[in-house]
Amino acid sequence: MTTVPTEDLQTVTLTVNGSERTVAVPPHRTLLDGLRDEVGLPGTKSCCAEGECGACTVLLDGKAVNSCLVLCVEAEGHEVTTVEGLSDGGLTDLQEEFLNAGAVQCGFCIPGQVVSAEYLLRTNPSPSEPEIREALSGNLCRCAGYQRIVRAVQATAARRNGQ
Amino acid sequence: MPKYVRPATRAEALAALAEGGAAARPLVGGTDLLVGLRHHTVEPDVLVDLKGVTDLPEPIVVTDDAVRIGATYTLGELVAHPVVQESYPALVEAALTVGSVAIRNRASLIANSCNASPAADTAPPLLVHGASVTIASADGDRTATLDEFFLGPRRTLCGPGELVVRLDLPRPAAGSGSAFRRLTRRRGVDLATVSVAALVDADGAIVLGMGAVGPRPLLTRTGPVDLADDAALDAALDELLAPATPISDVRGSREYRLAMLRVLAKRAVLAAADRRTPEEMAS
Ligand SMILES: Cc1cc2nc3c(=O)[nH]c(=O)nc-3n(C[C@H](O)[C@H](O)[C@H](O)COP(=O)(O)OP(=O)(O)OC[C@H]3O[C@@H](n4cnc5c(N)ncnc54)[C@H](O)[C@@H]3O)c2cc1C
Ligand code: FES
Ligand code: FES
Repeated sequence: MTTVPTEDLQTVTLTVNGSERTVAVPPHRTLLDGLRDEVGLPGTKSCCAEGECGACTVLLDGKAVNSCLVLCVEAEGHEVTTVEGLSDGGLTDLQEEFLNAGAVQCGFCIPGQVVSAEYLLRTNPSPSEPEIREALSGNLCRCAGYQRIVRAVQATAARRNGQ
Repeated sequence: MPKYVRPATRAEALAALAEGGAAARPLVGGTDLLVGLRHHTVEPDVLVDLKGVTDLPEPIVVTDDAVRIGATYTLGELVAHPVVQESYPALVEAALTVGSVAIRNRASLIANSCNASPAADTAPPLLVHGASVTIASADGDRTATLDEFFLGPRRTLCGPGELVVRLDLPRPAAGSGSAFRRLTRRRGVDLATVSVAALVDADGAIVLGMGAVGPRPLLTRTGPVDLADDAALDAALDELLAPATPISDVRGSREYRLAMLRVLAKRAVLAAADRRTPEEMAS
């Protein structure tokens, strides 16, 4: 049994965007904190910190989750993909379509929107508009560009389906 | 701030819970627990993560008589399961209203009941489907119906040192149907103002589960009702809804909740009745 005392730093080894990383965190720190402050990947945004806004969305073992509701110690031995890990350098087709659709305004919600949309397209390659809205309903945008975000996802699905 | 424990076996998990007593909490998805820790509404000394325990009951087992769900089964997995979709439509409708896709990918079905919010969305459908739970402690296992399990706001039969390891859902009788309806201030990430699940059997007997209209989710039932007779249905609803004692809070006044409860209950009953398959086709 692994036990992490309250104040002690715990060494957590996880795979982030394909590379094994080891961080030292106290047990109450979230995966969101670990990714931003310890791994040094600031693409994942911190906003409400209680599961309401989706700015912190990452893929944990391939599933979209709110990294503000996961303890970093829970990620021991698991695989995390952040927005930085969706491409190997340039923009992904999905990110290009966000730009083409003019879906990005202040940009704060966008990493979370992109990760949630990528998860949707991987699990449902031809989503209907209601399915897109449902899949992104946990991602709030204060600039409220929802219509354009939906169009960007539709355009990416069409592109991936060779249309 | 609590310490974090990751047991590998059920015995280790129960030992860690027993040792921590009232100051220890099981952790599965953390979607209630981490928010509670942030707001200091729960202040445990120990979090016992159940996700690495290898000898807990399987996440889901489907038999001819029942569907059995384990402590780590998530709402995301539940809503995608073909047998659950077919046999428990009210439960799928309710689970789909919980949070967002990302919340459902973490949130466990069992903890939605263990958290014992009077507004927990999956409670009304689990009640009408006759769910029971198995509670484990260092002294052994015991079972209880979900109706016995809910004691009051944030209070269940599962005490310090204990753990719900399994939830059993009997397969619904042939020719019955179920539906869930809820009212929220805004669609999406908000708790229910009122929620209702209905199960109607082939003879028109009604079972109702209600959320957010009392200190705990409520379960009531009547004998066969002629659903084509509106006055008879209204009279049955008078009886079914009588135990509801909602409070007034930010989500709605007592009067508004009672009025909406009647509307939603009637809609849920009629929708459930519409979903019934003729008995000869159901087998
Ligand atoms: C943004 C947001 C929106 C939400 N929206 C809704 C909603 O619309 N409707 C709704 O009903 N809920 C909602 N929830 C609440 C939450 O997602 C559910 O209650 C969830 O099902 C709890 O599961 P969990 O695995 O995350 O529980 P955890 O947070 O891990 O645990 C919850 C509680 O149950 C205890 N517990 C967990 N497992 C066990 C066990 N096996 N035995 C005994 N005790 C146990 C824990 O100690 C804790 O006290 C929302 C939460 C968030 C953050
Ligand atoms: S920062 Fe995690 S959901 Fe808002
Ligand atoms: S683009 Fe500003 S919050 Fe969405």
